[in-house]
Amino acid sequence: MSLSEMGNSLSKASAENVSAEVFSSAIAEAKPLSVKEMKAIAKRLRRHIISMIGRAGSGHPGGSLSAVEIVIALYFRVLRHKPQDPGWSDRDRFILSKGHAAPVLYAVLAECGYFPVDELTTLRRLDTRLQGHTDCTVTPGVEMSAGALGQGLSFAIGVALASRLNSQKYRVYVLLGDGECNEGQVWEGAMAAAHFKLDNLVAIVDNNGQQIDGWNREVMNLDPFNKKWQSFGWHVIEVDGHDLTQLTQAFDQAKLVEGQPVVIIAHTIKGKGVSFMENNPDFHGKAPNAEQVEIALKELE
Amino acid sequence: MPQEVSLREAYGQTLIELGKENPDIVVLDADLSRSTMTCFFAREFPERFFDCGIAEQNMASIAAGLAASGKIPFASTFAVFVPGRCFDQIRMSIAQPGRNVKLVASHGGISVGEDGTSHHSIEDLSLIGSLPGFTVIVPADAIETAQAVRAAAASYGPFYIRLCRPKLPLVYNQDYRFNLGRAVTMRPGERVTIIAIGIMVAAATEAADNLKREGVDCRVLNMSTLKPVDEAAIIKAATETGAIVTAEEHLEHGGLGSIVARVVARHHPVPMEMVAIKDTYAKSGKPAELLQRYGLTAKDIEQAVRGVIKRKGG
Repeated sequence: MSLSEMGNSLSKASAENVSAEVFSSAIAEAKPLSVKEMKAIAKRLRRHIISMIGRAGSGHPGGSLSAVEIVIALYFRVLRHKPQDPGWSDRDRFILSKGHAAPVLYAVLAECGYFPVDELTTLRRLDTRLQGHTDCTVTPGVEMSAGALGQGLSFAIGVALASRLNSQKYRVYVLLGDGECNEGQVWEGAMAAAHFKLDNLVAIVDNNGQQIDGWNREVMNLDPFNKKWQSFGWHVIEVDGHDLTQLTQAFDQAKLVEGQPVVIIAHTIKGKGVSFMENNPDFHGKAPNAEQVEIALKELE
Repeated sequence: MPQEVSLREAYGQTLIELGKENPDIVVLDADLSRSTMTCFFAREFPERFFDCGIAEQNMASIAAGLAASGKIPFASTFAVFVPGRCFDQIRMSIAQPGRNVKLVASHGGISVGEDGTSHHSIEDLSLIGSLPGFTVIVPADAIETAQAVRAAAASYGPFYIRLCRPKLPLVYNQDYRFNLGRAVTMRPGERVTIIAIGIMVAAATEAADNLKREGVDCRVLNMSTLKPVDEAAIIKAATETGAIVTAEEHLEHGGLGSIVARVVARHHPVPMEMVAIKDTYAKSGKPAELLQRYGLTAKDIEQAVRGVIKRKGG
């Protein structure tokens, strides 16, 4: 079954309210993706991101587009989850710490069947369940209210500690931005996760190299980034964050690491997939206008 | 003289009891467990105790993650650091989603003493009280502390409980039953009402007893649940006594006085005086010296009562 077919059948399964176990086994049995299949769903997510932010008239396309393959790998290959039962206590947790990338999370949650794909058009509107930054009180599948950067790793530590205390098997994944790693709290969390030996915790850094004011190295240099994580006691894996094969291998490898947390530094391109947004910090927090939406969607056909 | 007992020790002992009763109780601290007395719990239940080191932001968000996963976390440090050092973490990780986190802060107010300005928590009630959905409690003695901690464990949602460093005289006996959200009448009276919290409750009853000898009949309320405040008790006090004095170990801005004034202004305007720290920071000194210097004694309450009675017209 191709991933796009799987997405369709999953939406259908959700609509028909098929039992949660059937869904989870469908996930487990998914075959490794071909490059073609990966591209198909990645393009679909990118089209959702452009359309919903364009329609909303505001939002953060750059850091959503850079994280597309990361969330695809997680939601379609790695996570044990049940879209029709978002509160399932044994679910693997995905925590989006860089809350401004809400559109990429909404897009993948909709594709998985947490809510209808049509709802994506309500992004940022009054009374929507799809708030400008993630809000766990209204959106099915959103674990944490984010947008104030730096809190997700610490929150994930709490969730991972609870898993251990309860002798549960779920694993915890948290996605950080590289710019977000300017926040001191990230390093408080980095210290604590290693101290608590949380090998059920995986941090992924969407390392697109840019933040609002420009390139990280000019705004606030993070280098040597991998050595920072290593010196804090983390097992570090570096991948091309747009290569789904590398990403899934990294997640598989992370499961084998014992006694320490794992960080996957995913090298990505901000605005990936839309020529005029790639590596352009202007599109960190700016919506495309109608004409730009049209051009972008054409590029993503 | 009533027996003086540590609120912090009452907290530590109650945590042990709660830990025995409920395996979901977990405790976090930020390297001050021997001051907050969470060390008692740590010794009894090491696997359920997490010392986060000197990292209050991390502690607040870890507590939120534990709560999101079904645990009942109590997180403690000094009141000047929680909420002061991690306000945004409390706001977004705990208050906004309404997480079941219990923040119990010791060393509230200026009765911390010699450590000086950096350790005097005089803004915490204003900060935490501004967060939607938070329940805020300031116990008046060790007996009320133990019961407030139990009430927090038993009620879902975010709580802030403010304790102080010094031992306080018991104002209650073991028959006392803490009632969340309800003011407690410490002294009946019709001429003026003194509404107090925390360390100032004992001062308020002392002031009322002194004033009674002068023929001034004061009602005294312990408003230990600061939020949600007991509006009915405030309105009743305003209506029946026609004048109110508030007393708190906190800035005048945003604490008990402000909260009571909001209710009084809306429902039944009467003259009010506020015994509180004016717009300033305190310095080092012995607790009693500081309370005297910054106007937080029974004598200051008495003076405020005489003033408000004059404004009331007798």
